[in-house]
Amino acid sequence: MTTLILAEHDNTALLGATARTVAAAKNIGAPIHVLITGHGVSAAANAAAKLDGVEKVLVADHESLAHGAAEPVSEAILAIAAAYEHIAAPATTFGKSAMPRVAALLGVMQVSDVTKILSPSSFERPVYAGAAIETVEATADKVVFTVRTSAFDGVAETGSASIEPVGFSPTARTSRFVSRESAAGGGGVDLSSAKVVVSGGRALGSAEQFTEILTPLAEKLGAALGASRAAVDAGYAPNDWQIGQTGKVVAPDLYIAIGISGAIQHLAGMKNSKVIVAIDKDPEAPIFSVADYGLVADIFEAVPELTKAL
Amino acid sequence: MKIFVPVKRVLDANVAVRVRPDGSGVDLANLKMSMNPFDEIAVEEAIRLKEAGKAETITAVSIGPTQAVDTLRSALAMGADAAILVRADGPVEPLAVARILKALVERDQPDLIIMGKQAIDGDSGQVAQMLSALVGWPQATYASKVEIEGTAVRVTREVDGGLETIEMDLPAVISTDLRLNTPRYASLPNVMKAKKKPLEEIDAASLGVALEPTLKIASTLPPPARKSGSKVETVAQLVDKLKNEARVI
Ligand SMILES: Cc1cc2nc3c(=O)[nH]c(=O)nc-3n(C[C@H](O)[C@H](O)[C@H](O)COP(=O)(O)OP(=O)(O)OC[C@H]3O[C@@H](n4cnc5c(N)ncnc54)[C@H](O)[C@@H]3O)c2cc1C
Ligand SMILES: Nc1ncnc2c1ncn2[C@@H]1O[C@H](COP(=O)(O)O)[C@@H](O)[C@H]1O
Repeated sequence: MTTLILAEHDNTALLGATARTVAAAKNIGAPIHVLITGHGVSAAANAAAKLDGVEKVLVADHESLAHGAAEPVSEAILAIAAAYEHIAAPATTFGKSAMPRVAALLGVMQVSDVTKILSPSSFERPVYAGAAIETVEATADKVVFTVRTSAFDGVAETGSASIEPVGFSPTARTSRFVSRESAAGGGGVDLSSAKVVVSGGRALGSAEQFTEILTPLAEKLGAALGASRAAVDAGYAPNDWQIGQTGKVVAPDLYIAIGISGAIQHLAGMKNSKVIVAIDKDPEAPIFSVADYGLVADIFEAVPELTKAL
Repeated sequence: MKIFVPVKRVLDANVAVRVRPDGSGVDLANLKMSMNPFDEIAVEEAIRLKEAGKAETITAVSIGPTQAVDTLRSALAMGADAAILVRADGPVEPLAVARILKALVERDQPDLIIMGKQAIDGDSGQVAQMLSALVGWPQATYASKVEIEGTAVRVTREVDGGLETIEMDLPAVISTDLRLNTPRYASLPNVMKAKKKPLEEIDAASLGVALEPTLKIASTLPPPARKSGSKVETVAQLVDKLKNEARVI
């Protein structure tokens, strides 16, 4: 029995989601191999080789893999799938786009967004925006799953795995990369691994006020910025700051919700944070039902005051 | 050009979910069911392509119980031209949904499939990618913009870290994200007209796809409750609690 993990990287650096997926996979109890797909990815491969618990790093290097297109990436996984019982990826937009393809072509279901591994065939995962937790048992001889990375702490970088190239040539019809536009701002702190998240909702009222009110607080706390869907839809914050059922799921040590009412779809993305603070002027806002500390106040007064007090 | 839009009947997004305490599942009895919100966005996008002269016909497809006819009628009322109900009574897993859709794709030969990125009940997020892999067409998940130029389609995708634009040759599969569009409401005359639009019914069993679930759901339970917190009166009190009680700053 061996487990294969699809690595998340940006062609130069390995992203934290990979170390968290390795941590999850350790619960299976089988040796772990990591597959790096991409083009010119030796730095990411070297980083993966250092992850504790990884026995071998496989590198599929091909032009078609350079931008992470799901069609060739899933083909590269399938090419080596025979040797593995478990195949996993972080539940990032990259992992989520490729893995169901692997599952379908292997003729099995994917277990999506695993939050706990109970045994090699038994997993917990949230459904209905986290309103229920399902325990599922995989009955097939191959298990394909994605990992909700916020539910696992990453492994240390104390390993020294071997690195091996694997041959790859694509055959599937595929999409073609045109361009990529990176989200601006955010103070450079990665949302999915931040210890503190400062998150703003519709109440911020404009992109300018979102920045003006929240950035100084985030800077003081070394926090990443997040947002509700309403704030993203209104253009106050970039799309990949959205936290919730259909955005990112985070579980920082401290989550500060500012002018966010706390719809179930938002709670789905943050309610497992260790400490939750909510600031909202409506004492009945549902966000207070999950907040450890709630402050009923006008954000335009309370947040600058908070920033100053820190 | 012919567009297929798979639509799922799910518990309405605004209804509070009731989880049966014995672990046997979510209680759906007498609750409002609606079209999965992402699928409404998919229907809307297909209609806009048709209105822009880029598509001729839109077929909505649903796999589910007889009541899924309501979901299909909603799609027809919004502006789809025809509908297919693939009748299946128990829960149908994403893999079986993808296999059923593949069978219909082979039969009806659409040029484009637009569907939701995720059904908000199971939160699986699998069918679009599975279907794309099974039929061998390129995929664009999490679309926030779709433009068709001749036989190519250009899609902007919402991905971690920003936006990505890719191009595909038709036929292709697209899955929708929330910001692709805002779905229209069906007008009353259109709701009436929808009743006369063609709706084909097929038995899932006749398509030769195995429907037995392969993931066994051992239990469905409410999430562990958070211990209830407290309100603070002032910013100073908040700072004090965070420093001395929670010790997070
Ligand atoms: C399929 C689907 C998926 C979704 N996915 C997500 C998701 O991933 N993430 C997400 O966040 N949402 C998601 N939503 C949307 C969700 O249902 C809510 O609409 C959204 O979270 C509301 O955002 P909000 O709290 O910022 O806005 P609102 O609900 O409008 O809340 C604004 C809050 O600000 C307060 N306020 C206003 N002015 C002030 C002031 N001056 N001072 C203090 N407080 C003030 C108000 O009292 C209110 O509580 C989804 C919805 C659907 C249907
Ligand atoms: N039973 C179904 N009938 C029709 N379409 C479905 C069904 N289940 C899923 N889909 C489609 O697949 C998308 C993703 O669903 P899922 O993979 O289950 O999260 C949905 O948004 C629908 O477009």
